[in-house]
Amino acid sequence: MKDANARLSGTGLTLAYDKRTIAEDLDVAVPDGSFTVIVGPNACGKSTLLRALARILKPASGTVVLDGEPIAGWPAKKLARTLGLLPQSSIAPEGITVADLVSRGRYPHQGLLRQWSREDERVVTESMEATGVAALADRPVDELSGGQRQRVWIAMALAQQTPLLLLDEPTTYLDIAHQIEVLDLCARLHEEGRTVVAVLHDLNHAARYATHMIAMRDGAIVAEGGPDTVVTAELVEEVFRLPCRVIECPETGTPLVVPAARAARVAAGT
Amino acid sequence: MKPAGAKGAAGVKGAVIRTPNGMSLRFSPRAVAVAVLCLAVALGVGVLLIGSGDFPMGPADVVRTLLGNGTPADSLIVNEIRLPRAAAGLAVGAALGLAGAIFQSLTRNPLGSPDVLGFSQGAATGVLGVIVLTGGGSAAVAAGAAAGGLLTGAVVYAVAGRHGAHGQRLILVGIGVAAILTGVNGYLLTQAKITDAARAVLWLTGSLNGRDWADAAPVLAALAVLGPLVVVGCGRALRMLEMGDDAAHGLGVPIERARLIMLAAAVLLTSFAAAAAGPVSFVALTAPQLARRLTRAPGPNLLPSMCMGAALLVAADWAAQRAFTGHQLPVGVVTGLLGGGYLVWLLVTQRKTGRI
Repeated sequence: MKDANARLSGTGLTLAYDKRTIAEDLDVAVPDGSFTVIVGPNACGKSTLLRALARILKPASGTVVLDGEPIAGWPAKKLARTLGLLPQSSIAPEGITVADLVSRGRYPHQGLLRQWSREDERVVTESMEATGVAALADRPVDELSGGQRQRVWIAMALAQQTPLLLLDEPTTYLDIAHQIEVLDLCARLHEEGRTVVAVLHDLNHAARYATHMIAMRDGAIVAEGGPDTVVTAELVEEVFRLPCRVIECPETGTPLVVPAARAARVAAGT
Repeated sequence: MKPAGAKGAAGVKGAVIRTPNGMSLRFSPRAVAVAVLCLAVALGVGVLLIGSGDFPMGPADVVRTLLGNGTPADSLIVNEIRLPRAAAGLAVGAALGLAGAIFQSLTRNPLGSPDVLGFSQGAATGVLGVIVLTGGGSAAVAAGAAAGGLLTGAVVYAVAGRHGAHGQRLILVGIGVAAILTGVNGYLLTQAKITDAARAVLWLTGSLNGRDWADAAPVLAALAVLGPLVVVGCGRALRMLEMGDDAAHGLGVPIERARLIMLAAAVLLTSFAAAAAGPVSFVALTAPQLARRLTRAPGPNLLPSMCMGAALLVAADWAAQRAFTGHQLPVGVVTGLLGGGYLVWLLVTQRKTGRI
């Protein structure tokens, strides 16, 4: 284990849906205070790993440990006050307004006799302001654009006030401007002190925003570390089976993946 | 106590009551108003129902007698004969409305009602078994309904799978189970003595005729115990579950346990309602939808659905008694006609908005 002090880590994880094994014997640690991005080709098990870290999926073997305690033993609400989750597909109830949806993020802080405190109200307002959806507070969620909707869901997770935030493909189905908008928001949440873990499809986005990367292929972790060590031409070819060049991004200086020209790939026989 | 304005600072809908020691309650004034209105209608129609029959009484006489100030003759008719029927009607309607709201919320589908999911048929199988095989009385019928309903619930849950116990899958499995049980019920009828068969067929249509306190007691008890438990204890978790399993999990809802508890509660409510009045169709399907249209609030709308169910059922029973003078229809005939029409209307309008 590289980082024995990580708040969130997994050892010997075997992940399976029913009898279909996705990943075997994974060891993973999320460095505290990092913006960790998990990358890999489709069906490599990256979302599955995130789901196991969030306790949605119970590992067939191995343990996920949060703050020194096996995550399986955490009470549901206490877990939801420590670890926030943005799932891939959530359903906005018909006709619900932005403020009402965000206010649901306060559920783990509420109880039968404490349904809506001033603290709840303050945090919901803050979360909407932090994600730039405060002006939309009274609008029905159904009427929003994809990018706005994703920010509303992030605001809901933010209202949980968790030090750890897990996001499963938060930029899927968004256009490039909205992808950057959502990633900027994640970067800001990270700068404010949260540990953020995200599954992303786009390697260049991952390299630009991550402080720590985990590359997966066929249910195994192939490489781990900073973008400079993970996003190299050799590793990208190994993980994605795509010959490419990695250059320095003229904007941020982070690695930028440029796939090899078709002619070159055909000549190389891939 | 200091009620906040209709809107919180954050633009969150609903009213809030806070006490100085940090307790707070949040509710939708509109939903409360709808619930109170439905309850008033239900009780009002209940009084009319008690007043109608071979020995008609004015609403004022009925209320006076209910309060214990009536003549001995009135008292006998009201308290011993007609009140049990009205109380059974109110409780059956409320139980079905609440169960329907839970099922529709859990399946995230307006078709998720006990009639469609097979639980009504399961309760019917239990009841038919008791009537045909043992000729038992009210208590045995109620026990049979509960056993049949729970057993069906367990089968549907097991077949739909722990992870698929919601949505489309639950509905499809339920339809299959319902079809099988309808066949079983038909078989049981063919095996019955002619008197038992007549009793069973009348029960199968859904009827409140001749209900006494022994018939009303199980559903009243189930409602008294499960009603507050579900409305107060599960309403908020159910609201979280509507956003999807993963989202609810992320918010700290123990989804497997919550879903199992609520399914069991809804199945029991359906079963005891069926034991008292037969599998009255469509109330569980329509009440939550109507309540939702009136409250305009997202979420399961448990309390308004429950009150709406009670109002719908007694209104249907009143219509059933009045439709043909001198000839009482079973209440299930009226709810079937109204509910079927409603379902068609629902499908047409939902098709226009592209949801079904």
